[in-house]
Amino acid sequence: MAEKVLMKGNEALAEAAIQAGCRLFFGYPITPQTEVSAYMAKRMPKIGGTFLQAESEVSAINMVYGAAGAGARVMTSSSSPGISLKQEGISYIVGSDLPCVIVNIVRGGPGLGGIQPAQSDYFQAVKGGGHGDYHLIVLAPSSIQELVDITQEAFDIADQYRMPVMIMGDGMLGQMMEPVEFGAKEGRKLPEKTWAACGTDGKRERNIINSLYIEAADLEKLVLERYERYKEVEKNEVKWEEYMTEDAEYIIAAYGTIARVAKTAVHALREEGIKAGLIRPITLWPFPSAAFANAAETVKGFLSVEMSMGQMVEDVRLAVNGKKPVEFFGRTGGIVPTPDEICDAVRKMKEGK
Amino acid sequence: MKRLNVVTGHFGSGKTEFALNLAMQNTGKTTIVDMDTVNPYYRTADAEGVLKSHGIGVILPRFANTNVDLPALPSEIFSVFTDKETTAVFDVGGDEDGALALGQYNRYFSEEPYEMYFIVNARRPLTREPDGVIEILREVENASHLRVTSLVNATNLGPETSAEIILEGQKVVEEVSRRTGIPVAFTAVREDIDIEALVQNPVMQLKLYIKTPF
Repeated sequence: MAEKVLMKGNEALAEAAIQAGCRLFFGYPITPQTEVSAYMAKRMPKIGGTFLQAESEVSAINMVYGAAGAGARVMTSSSSPGISLKQEGISYIVGSDLPCVIVNIVRGGPGLGGIQPAQSDYFQAVKGGGHGDYHLIVLAPSSIQELVDITQEAFDIADQYRMPVMIMGDGMLGQMMEPVEFGAKEGRKLPEKTWAACGTDGKRERNIINSLYIEAADLEKLVLERYERYKEVEKNEVKWEEYMTEDAEYIIAAYGTIARVAKTAVHALREEGIKAGLIRPITLWPFPSAAFANAAETVKGFLSVEMSMGQMVEDVRLAVNGKKPVEFFGRTGGIVPTPDEICDAVRKMKEGK
Repeated sequence: MKRLNVVTGHFGSGKTEFALNLAMQNTGKTTIVDMDTVNPYYRTADAEGVLKSHGIGVILPRFANTNVDLPALPSEIFSVFTDKETTAVFDVGGDEDGALALGQYNRYFSEEPYEMYFIVNARRPLTREPDGVIEILREVENASHLRVTSLVNATNLGPETSAEIILEGQKVVEEVSRRTGIPVAFTAVREDIDIEALVQNPVMQLKLYIKTPF
């Protein structure tokens, strides 16, 4: 195992992408993820890769579209307003069944919003964002080490299902520093990219990268096929963490860095005799609905804690399906909930307020 | 301690914690100047309350910790050069990009002796070896138009720091010192780690002021 180093989230994810074989990065700087671009700009030329600062996020995502179409491992990264700009390109990439990795280090919104951490892009990430019937695979790490591991795996997942994978962190995850280790990981066995438009050498029919279909029936057939693949993803890729849930009466649902704030709250609540636990979705799509449905059989209630006005809470409610109350506590605009605030919200729920 | 103290280093070396401790440990009138125009989060501004309650003057970039992502330094900074009673600690942004902001104050630094610390964390990817440290040290000197006068070994791995890791960094910093002729002023360690007997230079016990919310 390699020795641990201290890294900022943004740098660590850039290095993880490089180690996963990503040699093309197209982006446009935006706080709080600019260090991704800065790191790529320094490293890519040294390893025979290409870093290109596009003139806008719209260009960057279309460069990703092109590179992915040629079969390359490619990544782009931005923060909320930049990800909004990329939505058209994301929809085209999905419509052409291309793999790529897109990083959103979320900041406060809407509009230009602010530069402090937020989770208010959940709907955009898991419920569309771009147009059309589609899903992205959305991964939400909560530590820098998990960010590294997830980034490396994201490229394999994207290639396996020919889908864009979004890594969703918040500004805190991008900016904080933690010890990390880059281990040589065994990758997945992946199918050859026989669909890539990378030159025929006159030996095969040419491949066409396209998302336009003249006949409605053709388009429907393709979307239906895509949804068959989504079923596979839902079967194989759901990930979550359960923390002190075995005897829990109240379950906090939280993802990303807020799950760590929630863990502190779980400990504080248990000290005062309230049996609290945490379910932390690691994949936001596919959502770990089964984990919540199972817990609903035994617990008294759920509290979704988010840095938003309440977005993931809708998926928790769908999973719990009315069996138990699902409450919400959140801060927004760049404010991070404190353990005390979370404890208060759980106490209130317990008292039935 | 000299009157003008400049804390530089590579990005993520632990400059801010060192600068905060340097200011907190000084007796007499002290002002800390946050000149970090690089980092949007985790900065001196986070410790403004505790600094002020200790009577330390705090000069922050006008929009620090707000949503205005604008690296503007306040004109108030000039006051520490004219008020000769105050000891000033400058917390400079990382790498040469952060050090560039010092250039405009060059004429003041040429008027009186200053201390310029260069903080080293040998567990950061680009400064594992003496070569990497010296490369960034020279870049910082060139960008700031100032000379580094003291090295600080602040090697750490966040919560996983051990005496062993600090001593491994000490070797790197001592080699940098041998090659550059710049003395090692301190080994800066979290206060619960005791390495006093294991290094030749003074040890600075660090209280950590910048915290995550969990």
